[in-house]
Amino acid sequence: MKRLSSFVATALALAFGLAACGEREQVVVYKQGKYQGKPDAKPWDSEPLAMAGSGKWTKGDRVSWENQIKERQMNQHEGTRE
Amino acid sequence: MARMKFLCDAERCIECNGCVTACKQENEVPWGVNRRRVVTINDGIVGAEKSISVACMHCSDAPCMAVCPVDCFYRTDDGVVLHDKDLCIGCGYCFYACPFGAPQFPQTGAFGLRGKMDKCTFCAGGPEPDRSDAEFKKYGRNRLSEGRLPACAEMCSTKALLGGDGDVIADIYRERVFRRGKGSEVWGWGTAYGPGRPGASPPQPARKS
Repeated sequence: MKRLSSFVATALALAFGLAACGEREQVVVYKQGKYQGKPDAKPWDSEPLAMAGSGKWTKGDRVSWENQIKERQMNQHEGTRE
Repeated sequence: MARMKFLCDAERCIECNGCVTACKQENEVPWGVNRRRVVTINDGIVGAEKSISVACMHCSDAPCMAVCPVDCFYRTDDGVVLHDKDLCIGCGYCFYACPFGAPQFPQTGAFGLRGKMDKCTFCAGGPEPDRSDAEFKKYGRNRLSEGRLPACAEMCSTKALLGGDGDVIADIYRERVFRRGKGSEVWGWGTAYGPGRPGASPPQPARKS
Protein backbone atom coordinates (compact mmCIF):
# COMPACT_ATOMS: atom_id res chain seq x y z
CA MET A 1 0.00 0.00 0.00
CA LYS A 2 2.81 2.30 0.94
CA ARG A 3 4.65 1.45 -2.29
CA LEU A 4 1.54 2.09 -4.32
CA SER A 5 0.94 5.50 -2.76
CA SER A 6 4.58 6.50 -3.31
CA PHE A 7 4.28 5.34 -6.92
CA VAL A 8 1.14 7.39 -7.43
CA ALA A 9 2.78 10.39 -5.77
CA THR A 10 5.81 10.08 -8.04
CA ALA A 11 3.63 9.73 -11.12
CA LEU A 12 1.61 12.80 -10.17
CA ALA A 13 4.75 14.79 -9.43
CA LEU A 14 6.18 13.82 -12.80
CA ALA A 15 2.94 14.66 -14.58
CA PHE A 16 2.71 18.12 -12.99
CA GLY A 17 6.40 18.77 -13.16
CA LEU A 18 6.73 17.98 -16.82
CA ALA A 19 3.48 19.59 -17.86
CA ALA A 20 5.29 22.84 -18.75
CA CYS A 21 7.68 21.00 -21.03
CA GLY A 22 4.99 20.25 -23.58
CA GLU A 23 4.97 22.36 -26.75
CA ARG A 24 1.78 23.85 -27.92
CA GLU A 25 0.99 25.44 -31.27
CA GLN A 26 1.23 29.17 -30.71
CA VAL A 27 0.32 30.36 -34.19
CA VAL A 28 -3.21 31.68 -34.34
CA VAL A 29 -5.24 30.26 -37.17
CA TYR A 30 -7.61 32.93 -38.42
CA LYS A 31 -10.82 31.74 -39.94
CA GLN A 32 -12.61 33.64 -42.64
CA GLY A 33 -15.87 35.01 -41.29
CA LYS A 34 -19.16 34.15 -42.83
CA TYR A 35 -21.77 36.71 -43.81
CA GLN A 36 -24.23 37.10 -40.95
CA GLY A 37 -26.71 39.51 -42.53
CA LYS A 38 -29.89 39.19 -44.51
CA PRO A 39 -29.97 37.42 -47.88
CA ASP A 40 -30.10 39.60 -50.98
CA ALA A 41 -32.14 39.08 -54.12
CA LYS A 42 -30.48 38.57 -57.49
CA PRO A 43 -30.76 41.45 -59.95
CA TRP A 44 -32.09 39.16 -62.68
CA ASP A 45 -35.01 38.18 -60.45
CA SER A 46 -36.61 41.59 -60.96
CA GLU A 47 -38.90 42.45 -63.84
CA PRO A 48 -37.51 44.88 -66.40
CA LEU A 49 -38.90 48.37 -65.93
CA ALA A 50 -41.66 49.44 -68.27
CA MET A 51 -40.08 52.85 -68.84
CA ALA A 52 -38.04 53.58 -71.94
CA GLY A 53 -34.31 53.07 -71.54
CA SER A 54 -34.67 50.11 -69.25
CA GLY A 55 -33.38 46.89 -70.65
CA LYS A 56 -35.10 43.76 -71.76
CA TRP A 57 -34.54 40.41 -70.12
CA THR A 58 -36.60 37.52 -68.87
CA LYS A 59 -37.31 37.59 -65.16
CA GLY A 60 -35.24 34.95 -63.39
CA ASP A 61 -33.03 34.24 -66.40
CA ARG A 62 -29.48 35.20 -65.54
CA VAL A 63 -28.12 34.79 -69.08
CA SER A 64 -30.64 37.19 -70.60
CA TRP A 65 -29.92 39.74 -67.87
CA GLU A 66 -26.20 39.43 -68.51
CA ASN A 67 -26.79 40.00 -72.21
CA GLN A 68 -28.68 43.17 -71.36
CA ILE A 69 -25.79 44.35 -69.14
CA LYS A 70 -23.27 43.49 -71.88
CA GLU A 71 -25.22 45.57 -74.36
CA ARG A 72 -25.25 48.42 -71.89
CA GLN A 73 -21.51 48.09 -71.28
CA MET A 74 -20.74 48.50 -74.94
CA ASN A 75 -22.43 51.92 -74.86
CA GLN A 76 -19.29 53.04 -73.04
CA HIS A 77 -17.22 52.16 -76.10
CA GLU A 78 -17.48 55.05 -78.51
CA GLY A 79 -15.80 52.94 -81.21
CA THR A 80 -18.79 50.63 -81.47
CA ARG A 81 -21.58 52.91 -80.34
CA GLU A 82 -24.19 53.68 -82.94
CA MET B 1 -19.88 37.04 -66.53
CA ALA B 2 -16.70 37.84 -64.72
CA ARG B 3 -16.64 40.39 -61.95
CA MET B 4 -18.05 43.89 -61.90
CA LYS B 5 -15.26 46.46 -61.79
CA PHE B 6 -14.55 50.14 -62.26
CA LEU B 7 -11.69 51.40 -64.37
CA CYS B 8 -10.81 55.09 -64.64
CA ASP B 9 -8.78 56.29 -67.59
CA ALA B 10 -6.47 59.01 -66.23
CA GLU B 11 -5.75 60.22 -69.78
CA ARG B 12 -9.39 61.12 -70.20
CA CYS B 13 -10.57 62.27 -66.76
CA ILE B 14 -11.01 66.04 -66.78
CA GLU B 15 -11.88 66.40 -63.08
CA CYS B 16 -15.38 67.59 -63.87
CA ASN B 17 -16.78 65.71 -60.83
CA GLY B 18 -19.74 64.63 -62.91
CA CYS B 19 -19.40 61.11 -61.49
CA VAL B 20 -19.46 62.45 -57.93
CA THR B 21 -22.56 64.49 -58.66
CA ALA B 22 -24.28 61.62 -60.50
CA CYS B 23 -23.65 59.31 -57.54
CA LYS B 24 -24.90 61.86 -55.02
CA GLN B 25 -28.02 62.55 -57.01
CA GLU B 26 -28.85 58.98 -57.98
CA ASN B 27 -28.45 57.55 -54.49
CA GLU B 28 -29.44 60.64 -52.48
CA VAL B 29 -26.24 60.35 -50.49
CA PRO B 30 -26.39 62.51 -47.32
CA TRP B 31 -24.20 65.52 -46.60
CA GLY B 32 -20.69 64.66 -45.52
CA VAL B 33 -20.65 61.32 -47.29
CA ASN B 34 -18.98 60.94 -50.67
CA ARG B 35 -19.18 57.49 -52.11
CA ARG B 36 -17.05 58.64 -55.02
CA ARG B 37 -14.29 61.25 -55.18
CA VAL B 38 -12.04 62.62 -57.89
CA VAL B 39 -8.37 62.63 -56.89
CA THR B 40 -5.95 64.88 -58.75
CA ILE B 41 -2.17 64.77 -58.62
CA ASN B 42 0.25 67.45 -59.82
CA ASP B 43 -2.61 69.91 -59.76
CA GLY B 44 -1.89 72.94 -61.94
CA ILE B 45 1.31 71.60 -63.46
CA VAL B 46 0.82 71.67 -67.21
CA GLY B 47 1.20 68.25 -68.77
CA ALA B 48 1.65 66.46 -65.46
CA GLU B 49 -1.82 66.87 -63.97
CA LYS B 50 -3.77 63.64 -63.78
CA SER B 51 -7.10 62.84 -62.20
CA ILE B 52 -8.89 59.63 -61.42
CA SER B 53 -12.25 58.94 -59.96
CA VAL B 54 -12.10 56.69 -56.89
CA ALA B 55 -14.77 54.76 -55.02
CA CYS B 56 -15.11 51.24 -53.70
CA MET B 57 -13.23 49.06 -56.16
CA HIS B 58 -15.21 45.93 -55.21
CA CYS B 59 -12.01 44.03 -54.53
CA SER B 60 -11.86 40.33 -55.33
CA ASP B 61 -10.19 39.77 -51.96
CA ALA B 62 -11.70 42.66 -50.05
CA PRO B 63 -9.85 43.70 -46.86
CA CYS B 64 -13.02 45.27 -45.46
CA MET B 65 -14.67 41.87 -45.50
CA ALA B 66 -11.70 40.32 -43.75
CA VAL B 67 -11.61 42.79 -40.86
CA CYS B 68 -15.31 43.30 -40.20
CA PRO B 69 -15.97 42.07 -36.64
CA VAL B 70 -19.67 41.47 -37.28
CA ASP B 71 -19.26 39.94 -40.77
CA CYS B 72 -21.73 42.28 -42.39
CA PHE B 73 -20.07 42.19 -45.84
CA TYR B 74 -20.96 39.86 -48.66
CA ARG B 75 -20.10 39.50 -52.32
CA THR B 76 -22.79 39.06 -54.94
CA ASP B 77 -22.59 36.60 -57.82
CA ASP B 78 -21.35 39.46 -60.01
CA GLY B 79 -18.48 40.27 -57.67
CA VAL B 80 -20.03 43.38 -56.10
CA VAL B 81 -19.04 43.88 -52.46
CA LEU B 82 -22.04 44.96 -50.39
CA HIS B 83 -22.89 45.15 -46.72
CA ASP B 84 -25.86 44.89 -44.39
CA LYS B 85 -26.42 48.19 -42.60
CA ASP B 86 -28.69 46.54 -40.04
CA LEU B 87 -25.70 44.58 -38.84
CA CYS B 88 -22.99 47.24 -39.17
CA ILE B 89 -21.90 48.72 -35.85
CA GLY B 90 -19.97 51.63 -37.37
CA CYS B 91 -16.69 50.60 -35.77
CA GLY B 92 -14.61 51.92 -38.66
CA TYR B 93 -12.29 48.92 -39.04
CA CYS B 94 -13.20 48.69 -42.72
CA PHE B 95 -12.16 52.31 -43.19
CA TYR B 96 -8.70 51.56 -41.84
CA ALA B 97 -8.41 48.39 -43.92
CA CYS B 98 -9.57 49.87 -47.23
CA PRO B 99 -6.69 51.09 -49.43
CA PHE B 100 -9.05 53.43 -51.29
CA GLY B 101 -10.75 55.14 -48.35
CA ALA B 102 -14.09 53.93 -49.69
CA PRO B 103 -16.05 53.37 -46.46
CA GLN B 104 -17.70 56.58 -45.29
CA PHE B 105 -19.39 57.34 -42.00
CA PRO B 106 -22.15 59.92 -41.61
CA GLN B 107 -21.40 62.18 -38.64
CA THR B 108 -24.69 63.77 -37.90
CA GLY B 109 -24.76 63.61 -34.12
CA ALA B 110 -22.88 65.42 -31.40
CA PHE B 111 -19.43 64.46 -30.10
CA GLY B 112 -18.29 62.98 -33.40
CA LEU B 113 -20.94 60.30 -33.31
CA ARG B 114 -20.26 57.86 -36.11
CA GLY B 115 -23.13 56.29 -37.99
CA LYS B 116 -23.27 53.10 -39.95
CA MET B 117 -20.86 52.68 -42.80
CA ASP B 118 -21.88 53.85 -46.25
CA LYS B 119 -20.04 53.09 -49.46
CA CYS B 120 -20.42 52.66 -53.19
CA THR B 121 -22.75 49.77 -53.97
CA PHE B 122 -21.98 49.63 -57.69
CA CYS B 123 -25.60 50.84 -57.85
CA ALA B 124 -26.65 47.35 -56.75
CA GLY B 125 -28.60 48.29 -53.62
CA GLY B 126 -28.28 46.01 -50.63
CA PRO B 127 -29.95 43.20 -48.68
CA GLU B 128 -33.49 44.56 -48.84
CA PRO B 129 -36.18 43.75 -51.40
CA ASP B 130 -35.00 45.05 -54.77
CA ARG B 131 -36.23 48.54 -55.70
CA SER B 132 -38.03 48.91 -52.35
CA ASP B 133 -38.12 52.13 -50.33
CA ALA B 134 -36.13 50.45 -47.57
CA GLU B 135 -33.37 49.56 -50.03
CA PHE B 136 -33.28 53.04 -51.50
CA LYS B 137 -33.15 54.74 -48.09
CA LYS B 138 -30.33 52.56 -46.81
CA TYR B 139 -28.28 51.83 -49.89
CA GLY B 140 -29.50 53.95 -52.79
CA ARG B 141 -30.79 52.96 -56.18
CA ASN B 142 -30.50 49.41 -57.47
CA ARG B 143 -29.67 50.10 -61.09
CA LEU B 144 -28.35 46.62 -61.78
CA SER B 145 -31.81 45.22 -61.08
CA GLU B 146 -33.09 47.73 -63.66
CA GLY B 147 -30.67 46.39 -66.26
CA ARG B 148 -28.41 49.43 -66.01
CA LEU B 149 -24.84 50.13 -64.98
CA PRO B 150 -23.72 52.50 -62.20
CA ALA B 151 -24.81 56.08 -62.73
CA CYS B 152 -21.28 57.48 -62.36
CA ALA B 153 -19.90 55.42 -65.26
CA GLU B 154 -22.90 55.93 -67.49
CA MET B 155 -22.89 59.69 -66.84
CA CYS B 156 -19.18 60.20 -67.44
CA SER B 157 -18.97 62.74 -70.24
CA THR B 158 -15.53 61.72 -71.51
CA LYS B 159 -16.11 58.04 -70.79
CA ALA B 160 -13.02 58.10 -68.59
CA LEU B 161 -14.82 56.08 -65.96
CA LEU B 162 -15.80 52.65 -67.18
CA GLY B 163 -17.95 50.30 -65.14
CA GLY B 164 -19.06 46.76 -65.78
CA ASP B 165 -17.70 43.30 -66.37
CA GLY B 166 -13.95 43.50 -65.74
CA ASP B 167 -13.09 41.66 -68.95
CA VAL B 168 -15.30 43.84 -71.13
CA ILE B 169 -14.13 47.18 -69.75
CA ALA B 170 -10.49 46.04 -69.93
CA ASP B 171 -11.08 45.28 -73.63
CA ILE B 172 -12.58 48.73 -74.18
CA TYR B 173 -9.63 50.33 -72.40
CA ARG B 174 -7.10 48.22 -74.30
CA GLU B 175 -8.49 49.33 -77.63
CA ARG B 176 -8.18 52.96 -76.53
CA VAL B 177 -4.55 52.45 -75.57
CA PHE B 178 -3.86 50.95 -79.00
CA ARG B 179 -5.45 53.89 -80.74
CA ARG B 180 -3.73 56.65 -78.84
CA GLY B 181 -0.48 54.78 -78.17
CA LYS B 182 -0.14 55.73 -74.50
CA GLY B 183 -1.70 55.31 -71.10
CA SER B 184 -0.81 51.69 -70.45
CA GLU B 185 1.42 52.60 -67.53
CA VAL B 186 -1.49 53.85 -65.50
CA TRP B 187 -3.25 50.54 -64.98
CA GLY B 188 -0.51 48.08 -65.76
CA TRP B 189 0.52 46.00 -68.68
CA GLY B 190 -2.09 43.28 -68.34
CA THR B 191 -5.07 45.61 -68.37
CA ALA B 192 -3.74 47.70 -71.21
CA TYR B 193 -2.29 45.06 -73.50
CA GLY B 194 -3.61 41.77 -72.26
CA PRO B 195 -1.45 38.93 -71.00
CA GLY B 196 2.19 39.12 -72.04
CA ARG B 197 5.67 40.06 -70.97
CA PRO B 198 5.96 43.56 -69.44
CA GLY B 199 8.09 45.80 -71.61
CA ALA B 200 7.49 43.90 -74.83
CA SER B 201 6.08 45.68 -77.86
CA PRO B 202 2.31 45.82 -77.73
CA PRO B 203 0.43 43.85 -80.35
CA GLN B 204 -0.80 45.93 -83.26
CA PRO B 205 -4.51 46.68 -83.37
CA ALA B 206 -6.57 44.91 -85.99
CA ARG B 207 -7.30 47.34 -88.80
CA LYS B 208 -10.82 47.66 -90.02
CA SER B 209 -11.15 47.20 -93.76
